[in-house]
Amino acid sequence: MKYTEEHEWLRAEGDVVVVGITEHASTQLGDVVFVELPEVGTTCDKDDELAVIESVKAASDILAPIDGEVVEINEMLVDNPGKVNEDPTGDSWFFKIRPSDPSQMDDYMDEAAYKDLIG
Amino acid sequence: MPVPKEQPPRKLSGLRDRQGNKTLERGAYASAEGIAISGKKTEGASQRVVNMRRTVVPEDFPDRPGKDTGYVMSELKQTPLFALHEELGAKMVPFAGYAMPVQYPLGVLGEHNHTRAGAGLFDVSHMGQVLLRGDTPRGVASALEALIPVSVLGLTEGRQRYGFFTTDDGGISDDLMFANRGDHIYMVINAACKEADIAHMRANLPETVSLEVVDDRALVALQGPSSEAVLSRLNSDAADMRFMDVRTLTLAGAECWVSRSGYTGEDGYEISVPADHAEALTRLLLAEAEVEPIGLGARDSLRLEAGLCLYGNDIDTTTSPVEAGLTWAIQKVRRTGGERAGGFPGADRILRELDEGPVRRRVGLSPEGRAPMRQGTPLFASEEGGEPIGEVTSGGFGPTVGAPVAMGYVTSGHAAPETRIFGEVRGKRLPATIVSLPFTPANFKR
Repeated sequence: MKYTEEHEWLRAEGDVVVVGITEHASTQLGDVVFVELPEVGTTCDKDDELAVIESVKAASDILAPIDGEVVEINEMLVDNPGKVNEDPTGDSWFFKIRPSDPSQMDDYMDEAAYKDLIG
Repeated sequence: MPVPKEQPPRKLSGLRDRQGNKTLERGAYASAEGIAISGKKTEGASQRVVNMRRTVVPEDFPDRPGKDTGYVMSELKQTPLFALHEELGAKMVPFAGYAMPVQYPLGVLGEHNHTRAGAGLFDVSHMGQVLLRGDTPRGVASALEALIPVSVLGLTEGRQRYGFFTTDDGGISDDLMFANRGDHIYMVINAACKEADIAHMRANLPETVSLEVVDDRALVALQGPSSEAVLSRLNSDAADMRFMDVRTLTLAGAECWVSRSGYTGEDGYEISVPADHAEALTRLLLAEAEVEPIGLGARDSLRLEAGLCLYGNDIDTTTSPVEAGLTWAIQKVRRTGGERAGGFPGADRILRELDEGPVRRRVGLSPEGRAPMRQGTPLFASEEGGEPIGEVTSGGFGPTVGAPVAMGYVTSGHAAPETRIFGEVRGKRLPATIVSLPFTPANFKR
């Protein structure tokens, strides 16, 4: 698992990368009440806004962590946004990207570095 | 006793906010809440470390001194319940110059739902408490009528009313609660406005009226359907009070000024308690099975569902009481044709709007779908083209409603209930229906 400074996690799964938000981010956001996901087939560059997540407190964007194409989205979250708080690093992934340059993954933090980031 | 209406900072952490700022990283609301985020460096005051690693005020924070200027929690004022909040695990945030609990471990959603089902205890000690005295009670009441468009003379002893200071332009410079306590008027004003309000009263009330700032008392609100049962265990007289009654009650050995009111749409009480008894009384109330501590986060969603205005969001110096739909608070005696018509700042505009109608009105909005329409969302009459007809002033998810809720201003021609309009969210116009307020029925003991 790799981590971004924007509190997303990335997990390689075959030739795609699964993306979600960290436990830390879900705790800080509070109860999630709305999730908007990109369409399957969307091509993205790193840092494009791909998804929106709103909690009782605020709205945030989820950025594309790598260049590629969205190949699958987790529609379950649209109807059950609260699931993000229950299982942020498991069932509550947001989207899967087929990366055009898988080496971009290497730029991100490992778990130890991320834990250091969030203190 | 009254009406608190401030709200917590709204931009919460995460990833990026709508302006593309890396909010978690910058440590905006998130670190203001006490999260230790120490990766990327931000500059200046935001780096100073106190109770929380970094404390930066969100951009829409009412008294934010300047962009990227940070507060340090230790420089903020504390209420007499500060230590208790920390003990209870509250996330403390800067609010109107005070360190205030935005939420406890139960979380905003849980606290909101608990208040509607049981009883919630809120610290609102940051609000201003003021006493007005004069040669005669009628003299004081009459003097206050020169500053607010409300019948003060008509308020009987032991009763409370909602009111607002108006500006010469007919705007609102603060909203407030005031009570007739026999030989004096007790007033509660918003934290962010209290210094200006006090200066305004000192400058404009006659010399025969003395103003005392009460700074040795805390203010707590007990809100929710179980409030009467809970408070009656401490003093059975609490059950005899009706909505908007005020009384002095002995609670936990302390002389408390109690009103049966609040700002959640629920039955409940607001309790002014001597500062040195505040923690003991609060602990006693929290020891009751029905009571949980509630932070500013749930306070905001509760008051929004109740259709109540937050000063600085939904009302300010640019909105008139008529536009804001607060005409119910302006008794007939102060209106055109009334015995004491006018005679308050901005009376020309306010009385004219009462007769002719305002150009815009505050309305409730029920967005279709799940996407919340937040403060600042522009509103349109149609799905494409055209100029905005107004803007959302408060919006979010309504936990009791189970859907997004919002309020805002629209031009009067579009203000009728059931009108379908559109709010532009992230570049898309999403439909919303104008609805009567409140979203959740008031549960007062009349």
